[in-house]
Amino acid sequence: MKMNQLVFPLVIALAATLATTGCKKGTPKTTPLPGQRAYVGNPNDNAPTLPPANPFNPDNVPGSKPGSIETAGLDPFKDMTMDPAALAANTVHFAFDSAVVKQTEAANVSAVAAALAANASDKLEIDGHCDERGTQEYNRALGERRALALREALAKAGISPDRIRTISFGKDKPADPGHDEAAWSKNRRGEFILLHPKAGV
Amino acid sequence: MKKIILYLLTIGLAAVALTGARAQEIRIENTINILGQTKPVPVALDGFTGEAAEVLKFDLYVQGFSFVTPEAAQYLIHGSDAGSVAGTVTDKIARKVVLSRSYNGASLRRQAHAFADDIVEALQNKKGIGQTKIAFKSQPAAYGGGEIYIADFDGHGAQAVTTDGAIVAKPAWVPGKLALYYTSYARNNPDIFYHSLSSGQRRVVAGYSGLNTSATVSPDGAKIAMILSKAGSPNVWLCNADGSNLKRLTTGLEDSSPTWSPDGQWICFATKIAERRRLAKVSVDGGPVHTLNTAGVSNPTEPDWSPDGKWIAFTRQAGDFDICVMPADGSLPPTVLVAGQNPSWAPNSRTLVFNHEIGHREVLSVLDVFTKQYKDCARTVGSNSQPAWAK
Repeated sequence: MKMNQLVFPLVIALAATLATTGCKKGTPKTTPLPGQRAYVGNPNDNAPTLPPANPFNPDNVPGSKPGSIETAGLDPFKDMTMDPAALAANTVHFAFDSAVVKQTEAANVSAVAAALAANASDKLEIDGHCDERGTQEYNRALGERRALALREALAKAGISPDRIRTISFGKDKPADPGHDEAAWSKNRRGEFILLHPKAGV
Repeated sequence: MKKIILYLLTIGLAAVALTGARAQEIRIENTINILGQTKPVPVALDGFTGEAAEVLKFDLYVQGFSFVTPEAAQYLIHGSDAGSVAGTVTDKIARKVVLSRSYNGASLRRQAHAFADDIVEALQNKKGIGQTKIAFKSQPAAYGGGEIYIADFDGHGAQAVTTDGAIVAKPAWVPGKLALYYTSYARNNPDIFYHSLSSGQRRVVAGYSGLNTSATVSPDGAKIAMILSKAGSPNVWLCNADGSNLKRLTTGLEDSSPTWSPDGQWICFATKIAERRRLAKVSVDGGPVHTLNTAGVSNPTEPDWSPDGKWIAFTRQAGDFDICVMPADGSLPPTVLVAGQNPSWAPNSRTLVFNHEIGHREVLSVLDVFTKQYKDCARTVGSNSQPAWAK
């Protein structure tokens, strides 16, 4: 019998067995090394104090550089005084989750259009508001849609949209902080703030 | 004849070797996690007191563990917090210690969070969330002015980012950076600010006439999506991180709350299609709007896409608010989980932070979407909402 012919495959088989069963993967059954020590951090970097926010630079907006195509669109409304009392009686109210200007509000829209037609140098800010029953971001968009709908209604009445800016306050400025329909119906609204040019400008 | 026998023996040995090896490598995988119905992994805590115990319980609870007696537990977590935190975790079934560590440096609270992270890594094979942060909005009342804050994910160590006394909204982290975008009315207009937390420097990146809000940052931090109304209706717009290169993405009439997909290819947002409020997605390159499967859930809004790409969490507005989660591929309709709104995913894609109302005030809370276990955050001052989890 030629031994070397038989030994070789046997050695291979034994080596294979040892290689695969001898080295156990995964956690061994022997006791592990006593607790590893982990350094979590510098005692002083626990809660690093935030540097104070700089007062923003109002000029630091896109489009404020000379020669740029887009403008912020708010320059025409600079240097104007706000007159919230003038049109306070004409606040328009909306149905739940709706930005449709109701027929019953036509008189209010006309009154606002008339005030703007009377003074060509006046402008208008329309504030859109919601009741508390939507999420904050949903309501911020809904309040804006209400203000935009009123701007469109005024455009139909002959007032140029360039004279009107819209601001949505979502549900952040309720007219009535209550939690029932009586309060909610007061909060679903568009308010008109007449803007007069500053004297001497 | 003997040759054949020997060769057979060799083959036999080899076969034993191979099957032996495979048997060693078989691991029992976790059962598939089912939204809201997964059983928590039972563990027993022993030897921890006060703050360390509170931290371990909070962190583990919201990552899918529950606390039982040692007899009922699958893992035993034993240790001490006298001076510093140290502990071991024993796998009762396999009868072996799977973690043994002690901690030093920083605070006891931070050490306990680090231990919780190591436990989660050992038992779930996943990075823990114990040392992560959130940003959120805090107001004295349920409406009106407020400030942007950041804190540990459990609400501890809250610090004000702004002190303008203006109406603020929707903070959003730049991925991997100490920087936020948020909406602020500090200039008497809803504007989107970029704010570097490390330097305190900030600038307006979108201050157009009308509405600028709901900024969400791309996974690579190079772009943001947001809601602008400058074209006459609130729509989704894209721009570079600094506000340049403005591009309109949607033209619907009632768009809000965009969220970026983690692969950077899609924006999911809330909109109205055929008279019904839906969630939809649109490619960041523009094009058609695809409606998502929100069957059975009315008025979905505020979507947030999980970091692993698998899930979209959102708010259902149906009189009250509910946190819902659905597979991002639309393969199943949404599952309604708990009352609340404004979900934001943790980096682990199973925990999220949201706010819910307690006594006309909003409270931040942390939820594990698989076990449905949730726990309110520590911060109890004011009304806290619109949380964003740093990733």
